[in-house]
Amino acid sequence: MLFVLILAGLMVVVVAWVVGMYNGLVGLRNQVKESWAQVDVQLKRRFDLIPNLMETVKGYMSHERETLEAVTKARAAISGAGGMPERMAAEGGLTAALGRLFAVSESYPDLKASTNFLSLQEELASTENKISFARQFYNETVMRMNNKVQMFPSNIIAGMFNFTAETFFEVEDEAERAAPKVDFS
Amino acid sequence: MWEQIAANRRKSVVLVFFTALLLVALGWFGGEYFWGRGGGPTGVVIALVVWLVMTLTAWFQGDNVMLKISGAKKIEKKDLPILHNIVEEMTLAAGLAKMPAVYVIDDPAPNAFATGRRAENASVAVTSGLLNRLSRDELQGVIAHEMAHIRNRDIQLMLFAGVLAGAIVILAEVGLRGMWFGGGRSRSRRDGGGDSSSIIAIVAIVLMILAPILARLIYFAVSRKREYLADASAATFTRYPEGLASALEKISRAPDKLGSATSATAPMYIINPLKRTKKHMAANATSTHPPIDERIRILRAMGAGSFADYDRSYREIKGAKKGVIPGSALKEDGSEAAAPTREKVSASQREIARQVDDLFYKKDGYHRIECSCGTVLKIPPDFKADEAKCPRCGTRHKV
Repeated sequence: MLFVLILAGLMVVVVAWVVGMYNGLVGLRNQVKESWAQVDVQLKRRFDLIPNLMETVKGYMSHERETLEAVTKARAAISGAGGMPERMAAEGGLTAALGRLFAVSESYPDLKASTNFLSLQEELASTENKISFARQFYNETVMRMNNKVQMFPSNIIAGMFNFTAETFFEVEDEAERAAPKVDFS
Repeated sequence: MWEQIAANRRKSVVLVFFTALLLVALGWFGGEYFWGRGGGPTGVVIALVVWLVMTLTAWFQGDNVMLKISGAKKIEKKDLPILHNIVEEMTLAAGLAKMPAVYVIDDPAPNAFATGRRAENASVAVTSGLLNRLSRDELQGVIAHEMAHIRNRDIQLMLFAGVLAGAIVILAEVGLRGMWFGGGRSRSRRDGGGDSSSIIAIVAIVLMILAPILARLIYFAVSRKREYLADASAATFTRYPEGLASALEKISRAPDKLGSATSATAPMYIINPLKRTKKHMAANATSTHPPIDERIRILRAMGAGSFADYDRSYREIKGAKKGVIPGSALKEDGSEAAAPTREKVSASQREIARQVDDLFYKKDGYHRIECSCGTVLKIPPDFKADEAKCPRCGTRHKV
């Protein structure tokens, strides 16, 4: 009798533990999704802001056709991107192209005096910030999820119910990668 | 990071529990004193009713009261786009589900606070003095600090701890006044008295004098510990501790004293709004905030922006063996996983100051005219002429 009671008690504890783990994992997976959605909202916002920016700078920066075209092309690459890795690369490309545009804009005092341009610049710079802060939080959430999926003992439950490790959002900054190429030959 | 919130809550709950015991003890001995033997339960009930009413008020109206007495005005994105953007950025960095409402206080003293019942309906308030002095990076540091108070659930705890301390202060005040007019003394003599009642009388008097002081000390201790943690969290949000450090430096150097702050609301602000920090009284038990020089030095010595860096820096600066960051937070440090590139934002301090000016001009009834040369004319409400001339290009505008 006593043996049966102990066994039953043990069963209850194990079941409660499994349920707790499972719910924790589901909660984390939802958090990963939610924090990705936040990144996506900001990427979309940047995408939408660019035509407006082009319209504003076009008149002032007619001599910088290449820089302007690079931004337009980078934006088009995003809508054309197929899979996730390709999209990430395209987003990185847009960040670089925008950076160049704002760097060049420094030498146009008329443009810097326009309130319209200033507010657009703040809007875009802030959106870039929001992208990186949302990404920072997303990566943190992914790390917590992956720790649970890979570490003992929660990995047992994760394996049983097919929870898999999520991928980090790493930036593909073309400009940064391409820079240190020195040829000594 | 999430376990750290729980751990902190447990520690703080213990402190609040002791304050509650103090309240009950005060009620019991006060009751015994005023209503003779057997009056204890009545006293406890009265104490609890006072506390309950205050707590309910704080729960449902606390943030409104706090915002109202500080004279804060709610702003929208179009009023102050930069401030609004910064709050939005920090909301994302903290992973909060909803952005807090943004308030501005028209006061030259630079300061800021966060308040609210839950993280989902919190508010952040900053003074116009802060906006006029800080650059964008510094402002981001300050907002990150406030966001950390919201995310770490400090705002709730401070609300409750504050109310509890307030209830004790009020009850002790009433009790002491009652004694002054001799209300209880004659009653207890009539009841027969003896040794036990004189002991009760002594305990009651001692409690009424000491309880408010003790309650405040506990309240301040809770708030002080949380400032370090909020600084550390702010650094993990922005990954740029220097922003907050130089903001704190600027705030501490400013001479203005915040007009609307009281000793009850002081622990809510980013730096103590009442007292200018003096070095030698820094570690004083009555201070609501850790010494500001120390906070700045810890932030400057931490290098990168992770909890581990802050903890190491804290131990170095304070010469302490034990850090301030709970172990669970250090274990879950996500800094390696995410190291974002910092975007240089060209919006300067001047730009922020201009937006603040515009906001207050608009509130005072000034009319805005945007000239084609980029200059903005601000026409005062008592302007009589039909035309205004742009001071830059000379174009005439109809008013």
